[in-house]
Amino acid sequence: MSNSSDGRMQLSLGPVLYNWAPDRWRDFYFAIADEAPVDVVAVGEIVCSKRSPFFDDHLPAVIERLRSAGKQVLLGSLILVSQRRERRQTEELAAVTDMLIEVNDLTCLRALAGRRHAIGPFVNIYSESAAAFHAAQGAARICLPPELPLSSVAAIAAGVPDVAIEVFAFGRVPLAISARCYHARVHKLAKDNCRFVCDKDPDGLALKTLEQQDFLTINGVQTLSYTCTNLLGDAGRLRDAGVASLRLSPQACDMVAVAKVFRGVLDGRDDAEGGNRSLAALYPNVPFSNGFLHGSAGVSYLS
Amino acid sequence: MELICPAGTPAALKSAIEAGADAIYCGFNDETNARNFPGLNFSRDEMRRGIALAHRSGAKVLVAINTFPRAGGVDLWHRAVDDAVSAGADALILADIGLMDYAARRHPNQRLHVSVQAAAANPDAIAFYVEAFGARRVVLPRVLSVPEIAEITREAACETEVFVFGGLCVMAEGRCSLSSYATGKSPNMQGVCSPASHVVYQQTPQGTNSRLGGFTINRFGPDEPAGYPTLCKGRFSTELGTGYIFEDPVSLDATTLLKGLRDAGVTALKIEGRQRGRAYVDSVVRHFRGALDALAGGREADIASLKPFTEGQASTVGAYRKTWK
Repeated sequence: MSNSSDGRMQLSLGPVLYNWAPDRWRDFYFAIADEAPVDVVAVGEIVCSKRSPFFDDHLPAVIERLRSAGKQVLLGSLILVSQRRERRQTEELAAVTDMLIEVNDLTCLRALAGRRHAIGPFVNIYSESAAAFHAAQGAARICLPPELPLSSVAAIAAGVPDVAIEVFAFGRVPLAISARCYHARVHKLAKDNCRFVCDKDPDGLALKTLEQQDFLTINGVQTLSYTCTNLLGDAGRLRDAGVASLRLSPQACDMVAVAKVFRGVLDGRDDAEGGNRSLAALYPNVPFSNGFLHGSAGVSYLS
Repeated sequence: MELICPAGTPAALKSAIEAGADAIYCGFNDETNARNFPGLNFSRDEMRRGIALAHRSGAKVLVAINTFPRAGGVDLWHRAVDDAVSAGADALILADIGLMDYAARRHPNQRLHVSVQAAAANPDAIAFYVEAFGARRVVLPRVLSVPEIAEITREAACETEVFVFGGLCVMAEGRCSLSSYATGKSPNMQGVCSPASHVVYQQTPQGTNSRLGGFTINRFGPDEPAGYPTLCKGRFSTELGTGYIFEDPVSLDATTLLKGLRDAGVTALKIEGRQRGRAYVDSVVRHFRGALDALAGGREADIASLKPFTEGQASTVGAYRKTWK
């Protein structure tokens, strides 16, 4: 199953990583359900457990809308689980049986006890032996860590031919997770009394060097790149490497249009060059990067 | 509590033993360990001799094979496991799930420790490693407070080990790609963070800029010593201001928390710094040996400052007291 039966690469949409207003969040997924040519959608608050209650009310309707539209829905687990409340939340999630859980931390794996599941890009799978272990535990889909070079992606895909391998292909790339909240810190607030200030930055808070060079993006406890991963021009190489699916990570831009650009290039209706021009117009002022895939600094972009 | 001390060289291993280490941790001189710096670490022969020396002195050696094996090149890591076992390692410190699986199958009697790089931050994750691989100890992330360590240790299905001194990761260990984003080299893959090969100090009219892989990480005035540009400890700016956005350039020093850690049920205390020299190892190990002996004897510990050995000459008890919570 390294590709779907017709060799067509899938598109998946990762979970929204930013703290969007709940109505915006709901409407975003409704639009994805109705208009975006994506096959798989991962939902759920995976960055900060404090944010989860805001989205819980909308989650059933969002899932229902996505499923009615024929999308496969994955429920994402929290990236960093430390509080008792977070452990409970993870355990409850693992009790869901009518959808695949996307595991983002091994805490979840124990509760799943060998049941079929997906694995998100926050679990360290750097080799075919780690992938094989996870496959034996029930992993049916694996979105690989964004740090991996193409040679590793190919070796892993070849090592677990029954697992659908996915690669992080669009969006600011998650680079680190911390117990400390940097949004709270820059606003001079304690984490426990953060007033959810991360909601002021629906596309993250830009972090620059002292020389005002764009560098990173702060998203609460998470740190992302400033650049936007774009593997559109690498799609052919990824397909040849046995990659089954490309993951698009939601940014504060027209993600329906982004998905259409990717689908158009994957289906041969458009070339990568034209696709890249469209992406640059859809998400302006944010440079592309694909260095990780090419084995160099992640920030770089090699066309 | 056991005192676990770093050794980047056979000389440092000897110093650590003489200074009172209960156990020494070290790694092979290749990309299988997370302190893969030039001129550092042990050849196969040095490892065998180091372990023999430690055992003669009643100390243990824990071999760190704590990077994530490269796809297509897993053999190098398997050989490291096999060689550490045959050299007589008292435990292997592993981070990768595939490698733990290999070690547990191939060497079922070998004691396994879960590296801090595996980021097992709660009792459920720890139980997973214990049940799947028979792990005997977990090194806890540096993001936990003492009460959290106590809670985890109470519930943990194996022994716990915590860092008490040295460099401080503010991001969840083993889950950070900041270094490779800027330089292409990462702790998980190459065993390096903010590598010296990508560091440049640049003189400007405003002072000295310390740069890493094309990004200015910090700037120092003419009278300020220019610190090493560890990425997460740099000065940056956002629209809300400029400063140490992630963490001040401080080192961890938990000397004052030893009683709390003992009462929490912690089995072992770890000193960071396999990249540091003999003088560091000797002084820091002696300091903690003295503090632990004082604690055991019910005496006041001498908390003489370890300032010369801390990053940026400042120390913190880190997340162990969560002032930012």
